Amino acid sequence: MLGRRDLLMAGLGGGVALAGLTGPLGLSAAFADVPGDKRFVFIVLRGAMDGLNVVVPYGDAAYRNLRRELAMAAPGETGGVSNLDGFFGLHPKLTQLGAWYQEKALLPIQAVATAYRDRSHFDGQDLLETGGTTPHAIDSGWLNRSLAALGGQPRLGLAVSDQVPLVIRGKVEVASWAPSNVPEADSSFIGLVQAMYRQQPQFETTLTAAISATQMADQATAMNDDGSDMAGVKSDNTGNMVDRKARLSQAKPGQAKPGGAQLQMFTAAGKMLADPAGPRIAVLEVGGWDTHTGQGTIEGRLGHNLELFDAALSGLRQGLGEAWSKTVILAATEFGRTAAPNGTGGTDHGTASAAFMMGGAVSGGRVLADWPGLAAGKLYQDRDLAPTLDLRAVTKGVLRDHLGIAEAQLDEQVFPASRQAKPVTGLLRA
Amino acid sequence: MSKPDAAFAAQRFGLGPKPGDLARIGNDPRGWLLSQITPESPRPAALGSLPPVTARIAALAAFRQAQRQNKQNNTADASNDAGTKPAKGEKPADGAGGELRQMYIDDIAARCVAAIASDTPLVERLVQFWSNHFTVSAQRPVVAPLALTFETEAIRPHIFGRFEDMLLASTRHPAMLLYLDNALSVGPMSRVGAQRDKGLNENFARELMELHTLGVDGGYTQNDVREVAKVLTGWTIAGLGAARQHPAGFGQAAFNKRAANKWAGAVDGDNASGFRFLPVAHEPGDKTVLGKTYREAGVQEGEELLRDLARSPATAHHIATKFARHFIADEPPAAVIAALAKTYLDSGGDLGRLTRQLIAGDAAWQDTAPKIRTPNDWVIATFRALQLQGDDIGKRCLMALRQLGQVPFQAPSPAGWSDQNADWLSPEALMTHIDLARLLARRAAQATDPRPLVSSVLGASISAETAFQINNAPSRADALALLLVSPEFMRR
Repeated sequence: MLGRRDLLMAGLGGGVALAGLTGPLGLSAAFADVPGDKRFVFIVLRGAMDGLNVVVPYGDAAYRNLRRELAMAAPGETGGVSNLDGFFGLHPKLTQLGAWYQEKALLPIQAVATAYRDRSHFDGQDLLETGGTTPHAIDSGWLNRSLAALGGQPRLGLAVSDQVPLVIRGKVEVASWAPSNVPEADSSFIGLVQAMYRQQPQFETTLTAAISATQMADQATAMNDDGSDMAGVKSDNTGNMVDRKARLSQAKPGQAKPGGAQLQMFTAAGKMLADPAGPRIAVLEVGGWDTHTGQGTIEGRLGHNLELFDAALSGLRQGLGEAWSKTVILAATEFGRTAAPNGTGGTDHGTASAAFMMGGAVSGGRVLADWPGLAAGKLYQDRDLAPTLDLRAVTKGVLRDHLGIAEAQLDEQVFPASRQAKPVTGLLRA
Repeated sequence: MSKPDAAFAAQRFGLGPKPGDLARIGNDPRGWLLSQITPESPRPAALGSLPPVTARIAALAAFRQAQRQNKQNNTADASNDAGTKPAKGEKPADGAGGELRQMYIDDIAARCVAAIASDTPLVERLVQFWSNHFTVSAQRPVVAPLALTFETEAIRPHIFGRFEDMLLASTRHPAMLLYLDNALSVGPMSRVGAQRDKGLNENFARELMELHTLGVDGGYTQNDVREVAKVLTGWTIAGLGAARQHPAGFGQAAFNKRAANKWAGAVDGDNASGFRFLPVAHEPGDKTVLGKTYREAGVQEGEELLRDLARSPATAHHIATKFARHFIADEPPAAVIAALAKTYLDSGGDLGRLTRQLIAGDAAWQDTAPKIRTPNDWVIATFRALQLQGDDIGKRCLMALRQLGQVPFQAPSPAGWSDQNADWLSPEALMTHIDLARLLARRAAQATDPRPLVSSVLGASISAETAFQINNAPSRADALALLLVSPEFMRR
C-alpha cells in the first residue's frame, strides 16, 4: 500500500526520485529563507498566566504582604523559589527551566504586556496573536506575516494543534498536525478526495497542507529519539506509512491535553522541527492558566500546570536534539493577573505578566525586566503589575536578530504601526 | 438560491437530513421550520430519564466525602505502613468518581442519540446554539456531571421564550455558578466575608457582561465588573445539607460550623433548581452598575440587574450578531443584524420572534457564503445520513467527536466553540474527517446503498465533481465516505 507521502510526491510531479534531492516536500529551497537554518517556536499560554508567582519578585519588599496566602517563599525557605538573580526567583515546579537558566538558555521576562490594556481573555488573546493594537481589526497573525516576510514559502510554518491558531493564520499556507488514533485512510482514497476537491480551492489547499503535515509527522516519529538518525529518515521516504495509532496511542485530541498528551505533542513538534526537510517555525498552545480559584503556591492549579509545562518543554528540547542550538522558543500569555489575591484563593484578570525565551540560541541566565515595583502607587490602576516592556519589542528583537526579518517590515507589516516599540537588542547569543 | 430548498433547509437550520426527511419537508421548507416553533420545546425521549441537577449535586457531595475519607485513610496508612501509600498524584480507585465519569459519558451519549433521532432538528440546533452562548465547560471537572442538566433545565425551556428568562436560569444554575466561580464569591463586608477573610471573585461578573449580554464593547468598566460581582454575591448552590459537603470545596475553607448552620435560614427560591441565595455572603449596601444604582435588596438586586442587562441595546446587538453569524454567514449583513436587534428590543427579547424573523427573511437562504459544519454538526449529520443503529451509538458518536476535538461540554473557554469557518477547516481537521469518514462508511456499507443516499441527503444541487467521484467510486464504502467529505456535506 502506498503511503500519503508517496502520493504527495507524485502530486508534485517529481516522483520518488525527487525526494532524494530536495526532500519530500521540496522544502530545501526554503532553507535560504531562514538564515542559518534557525528554528523558532511560539507558545501561546491561554488564560492569563500569573507571572508574579512564576518569575517571583521575592526581593520586592511589597511582594509578600500583597500576595498574602498566595505569596511564594523566598529562596532558602521551605518550599522556596529557586533564586535567579538575587531579586527574582523561579517557581520550584519549573525544574528543567531552572537548569536551563544555569546554562544560560533561559531568559525570563517580567512586567511585559501586549498593547492590550483591558481584561477580556478573548480580546487579549486577539492582540497577542494578531500583534495589532485594536481587537479584531486584523484577521491574520503576526507569525504568518513573518512567514510572508521570509518569502512566503508554503508549509514552512506548522501549528501543532487540531486547529490553526490565529497567530499563524493568514495568507501564507501553513501545516497543522495533531496526534490521532483513527486508522488512516489510504492514499488511493485520498486521491479520490483530491479529485473531488479539484474545483474547490478552499478544500483543495487545505487537503494539500494536511498531506504534507502528515508526512512531516511520519518522518519525525520515525526518527530516533535523539533526533540523530537523519539519514535513516531520508531512506525511509519511500517506505510505508507509520501507523499514527501505533506511535501515539495515548493522545486524544480535543481533550484538555494534560500531562502525557501534551508532552507527546511537544516532543513531536521538536522532532518535526529537527527534520532538515521539516518546518522551521511552529506554534503550540497551553491552557489552564485562568486561576480564579484554587491557585495555590507550590501545589494547586498553577503549580500543577507549571509542572506539566516544564515537562512538555523538556520533551520539546529532547525532540529538537541538535537543532536546540539553533532554536528560540518564546512563550507568552495574553495578560497577567491581579497583584493581590481575590476573595476565593485565586487571582482575577490583570495586566502585565511574565514571558519566557528559551533555547540554545538565547542569551539567557539573566532576567529581562524594567521592574516597576509593587509598592502602593506603583500598581497599574491600583491593582495590577504595571507593564514596562512591550511584548512586541521583545518579539521584534527575536524576529530581526534570529530570523533576519528587516526592521522596516517588522514596524509596518508584522506588527502594524509599531515603530515606537523598538526591537530589544541582545536577546540572542553572539 | 432562487427558491427555498428542502436540502438547504435541513442543513442550514437543522442537523442534516435523515433518509426520507427531504420528501417529508417537500416544497414548504419554511413551513417545516415554523412548525417546530412551539411554546414548550419538549425534551426528547432520549433525555427523559436522566437524573436532575439535584441528584447530581448529591453525587458530587458523595464524591467529595469519599475523597476526604480516602485522604484521611491514606494519612493513617502512611503512619502505619508507608509502603502501602499510593504514589503521589495517583488517583484513588474511587467508586463515586467512576460514577460521576459514567454519568457524564451517559449524558453525552444521550445527547447524541437525541440529536440523531430528532424530527425537530431546528429545536436541537437552537438548544446547542444557546447552550454554547452560555458555555459551561467540563474543562472544570466539577462541571462534567452537571453540564447536560444545564442545557436541559436552563436552556431548552427558553429557546422560544424570553432571553432574560434564559439569562436568569443560566445564572442561577449550579453548573454556571461553579464553572465561573460565582458560588464561591463572597461580599467582603458580608458576615461570611468579615469573619472568614473571604471576598469577591469577578470571573462570572466579567463574562456575564462580555459574553452573555453586552458584548466586549458594551461600555462597561472595570469598576462595573466589581459592582456586578458584589450584586451577585450570595448566589450559590443548595441541596448539600451542610456546608462541609459543598462541592466547590466551599465548606471546609470558607465556613465554620456555626456559619454552616445558618444555611438553614437561607432563602431557597426553588429546591429543585439547586440554586440558593445565601444572605450571609451577600455584600451589603447599594451598588452602582453602568450608572444605575441598585438599592440593597438581597437576591432581588441581581434579578433586577440581569433583566436590565438583558434589555440593553448593546445586548440586543450582541445577540443579533451571534444569531446571524450562526445561521447566515461569518460576516452577516449589517442590515440583517440591525433588523434582528430591533425585533429583539421591540419584543422584550422574544427568541421565538427572533427565530421566525430569521426564517421568514431571505438572508439565511442564500448559499453564497456557506458555513463549514462544526465537528459536532458533521458527526450528527453523518450518523443521521447513514442511519447508524445499535445500543453503542452514543459511544461511537462520542468517539468520533473526541477525534475531531469537539467533545460536548468541553469548550476550551467560557466563550464557547468558535462560530467561524477558519476555526474548523484546518489541514489537521480535514484529514481527521477523511479518516473518520472512511471508518464510519466501512461499517455502514453493508447495509447502505450510496446511490439513493446522494439525492436523499445532499438533494439535487451537487457539483459535477462530487457526483462523478461518488458514482464512480471503487466500492460502496468509498462512495459513502466520499459523500461524507464532499464539500456539499462539509457545509451547512
